[in-house]
Amino acid sequence: MLEIKNLTKRFGGFTALSNINLDVRSGERLGLIGPNGSGKTTLINCICGVIQDYEGEVYFDGESLNSLAPHKRARKGISRSFQIPKPFNSMTIRQNLIIPLEYAVQEGIRSHIDMESEVDQIIENMQLSELADQLPTNLTQIDMRKLELARAMVAKPKLLISDEAMAGLSSSEIDDILKILIALNENTNVTIIMIEHIMRAVMSFSERVVCFDAGEVIANTTPEEVVKVPAVERAYLGE
Amino acid sequence: MNSTRFYFVVLVLVGVSYLTTVFIDNQYPFFAGFAILQLIIMALAWNILGGYGGYVNFGSAAFFGLGAYGAIVAYQLFGASLPIQILVGGLFSALVGLGTGYLTLRLRGVYFAIATLALLVVAETLIHNWDYVGGAAGAYLLPKRNLDFWGVLIVGKVGGLFGNNKELLFFLMCILALLTIVICRAIEKSKLGRGLAALRDNEEAAESMGVPTLKLKLIATTLSAAIMGVTGGIFPYYMTFIEPTSAFSLDISVNALAMPLIGGTFTWLGPVLGAVILGTLQQIATVTISSEINLLIVGLFLVSFVIFAPEGFLGLIKKYSKRRD
Amino acid sequence: MFSLELFLNALVIGILLGGFYAALSIGLSISFGLLDIVNIAHPAFIILGAFVCFMFNSAFGFDPILVGVAFTPIFFILGNLIYRIYYTSFEKTGATALRGLAFFFGVMFILEVALSMFFGVDYQMVRAPYIDYKLEFGVVDIPFRMFVPFLVALIMTLGLQYFSSKTFFGRAMQAVAQDSFALRLMAIDPAKIKRIAFGISLATCSVAGALFAIIMPIEPSIGRLYIGQVFAIVVLGGLGSQNGTLIAAMLLGLVESIITTFFGPSWAPAVAFSALILVLAFKPTGILGRAGDTRG
Repeated sequence: MLEIKNLTKRFGGFTALSNINLDVRSGERLGLIGPNGSGKTTLINCICGVIQDYEGEVYFDGESLNSLAPHKRARKGISRSFQIPKPFNSMTIRQNLIIPLEYAVQEGIRSHIDMESEVDQIIENMQLSELADQLPTNLTQIDMRKLELARAMVAKPKLLISDEAMAGLSSSEIDDILKILIALNENTNVTIIMIEHIMRAVMSFSERVVCFDAGEVIANTTPEEVVKVPAVERAYLGE
Repeated sequence: MNSTRFYFVVLVLVGVSYLTTVFIDNQYPFFAGFAILQLIIMALAWNILGGYGGYVNFGSAAFFGLGAYGAIVAYQLFGASLPIQILVGGLFSALVGLGTGYLTLRLRGVYFAIATLALLVVAETLIHNWDYVGGAAGAYLLPKRNLDFWGVLIVGKVGGLFGNNKELLFFLMCILALLTIVICRAIEKSKLGRGLAALRDNEEAAESMGVPTLKLKLIATTLSAAIMGVTGGIFPYYMTFIEPTSAFSLDISVNALAMPLIGGTFTWLGPVLGAVILGTLQQIATVTISSEINLLIVGLFLVSFVIFAPEGFLGLIKKYSKRRD
Repeated sequence: MFSLELFLNALVIGILLGGFYAALSIGLSISFGLLDIVNIAHPAFIILGAFVCFMFNSAFGFDPILVGVAFTPIFFILGNLIYRIYYTSFEKTGATALRGLAFFFGVMFILEVALSMFFGVDYQMVRAPYIDYKLEFGVVDIPFRMFVPFLVALIMTLGLQYFSSKTFFGRAMQAVAQDSFALRLMAIDPAKIKRIAFGISLATCSVAGALFAIIMPIEPSIGRLYIGQVFAIVVLGGLGSQNGTLIAAMLLGLVESIITTFFGPSWAPAVAFSALILVLAFKPTGILGRAGDTRG
């Protein structure tokens, strides 16, 4: 459902992405790995429209996304969570979750009551019920990450991009997030691209893993195979 | 307060403001009232973009002044009546606001802020050099002594709805203030308001959730400018004379910005509170000490509140009441 | 009605004006260009410096430039103080941009009001023996009123440039904008560097104020007209590039001089602000700037 063709992005003299070609199937669980600065977040920004002046094409469901603003891409069903969570600090958790429902959802006009019940649903699934009417300012790391993911999920996107949602979490917290993402994919068939540095999470979650280094794809295969690719080992450990 | 009660109170206030013009003979309350109402409306209008959307406008005086001069042009060009003057003023400022916003709202908020300041300087310079509206010397506008409208005597010493023009204008300002409050409250409770809050809190996140940030910012800017333009449009009729220095005075910009920041920016009550408190303080200071001291007071209040009480009076009240629980 | 003589004079004045604008903007290229502090009160501080000069010049007859230079330590300390307030109230707590902007707007307003309460709203002028001299080269006049400030501005600007690129502290200053983390690794406190940098930025206002007072009569709110100028120059030159600021200042000085010579002086503020809008709309990274600085 997502086709990236010959994607190149330069910042002045620095090439962040070099001729990237990548296809993602509908319902797929894709892992995206690579050292810091290899271009993963730049790729996400190009897909989501935060960066629009890239060379090449991004197709979603057969349509070109080029020159579409981020909010329009969100309405087509693309959703992301941010590496550093960006909650709306003046609103309660519940109000945070209403925003994507009001703005990202395409089909028809829903009544406020319908939206409220969907929000309640997701709050329960994420076990945030006790915090639902609080402001996000004093949340723990894991609850913050859960809110970030919940916001990305609530409008039932077709593609969810999770950007390092597990950084800094404990082992059991990582398992919690993994469970949520896997359940989401299995229940609603949403395509999930997971950017992560935590290898065990990527390996257990992904059907396919793509590895980036210095703006290029250096591996694109199953989790079992990708660890055997010498270029991947070199990218992480250096020459 | 639920909506029915709110609108009921608004209607009552409309009636009360009319009755004050009937029963109060002393003219001073209407002068003071007009001044405070002007502050309230400008503060509310500023807050639509500044408080709800988080985009600072330094050029409120530009939208006010352009509204005033729009009215003058309408009056001089085709002898426009008061309602047309107000309409032209509001429309003109709205267009300028839309244009400025279109040019700069895609950039960081900083550049929009500087552009609004630029707008103020350029607008004042242009009007200063435009002889048709009197240039630096200013322009006069003579309201009719006995104003009638479709056979009904609106203003007239005997038998008119209002005894004189000042009372009529005071009533109009009351209506405008109440209307602006109604608009602000409606925004707060609407999808637009929620979208603005999202983009204020985190613009990038809001965009990624489908919020059309540029469109919402443009709507807020245009609406804010329009209300300021309408307020400016009434001004020449009230003063019977305007000139560029006072119509584009930086004080107007500072007040429009300081009052919501001091009262509280999240809801319409903040700008109203800030305007009433600060406006009253200013009146007292002007009368007891000097008119320059009152400007110093605004500046000091603004800086102090921005540093120590960022959520304004309403925020302080909220904090204090939470502590007591 | 174009005449070569008029054009040449406009050109010369433009260059001299450009030097002056460089002096006005070089401080802002540090505070806004490097530190990302939107100090819209910068021109107001320049006018403060101008009035300090006027005070000592009219009371004791001291040369304005000497007064300006003598007061740089005081302005430096003032800058430190203001940065401390700014840092504790806004930067450390991650406050919204609104508050920082409103803060400097309030500071600007307080400065204006205080100056007008102290000095009144009339125009004031400084006096110095060289102000009325004029060099004449054929058809071209070089008024000392503008030439002396031009020289001083050049010295100050080039001096700061040398400082930024050749001294340790200067380079740390450039670095803090791009990588405070690296600085911390070298056991340098970024906050301290920023504080000193902001102090320097305000210190330049003392000298720039003296130059201002020499070039034209001053009144408390005149700084407002130059907000557009200085921000346009810093953005056009590329945020953080002092070389760029110099070039941009020259360009703006030339364009403005030519337009005002042939169309009248009241259009000067409009030129600068329009330049700013155009630059932001079409080439936000400026002439020599870093990429990705102006978008939200």
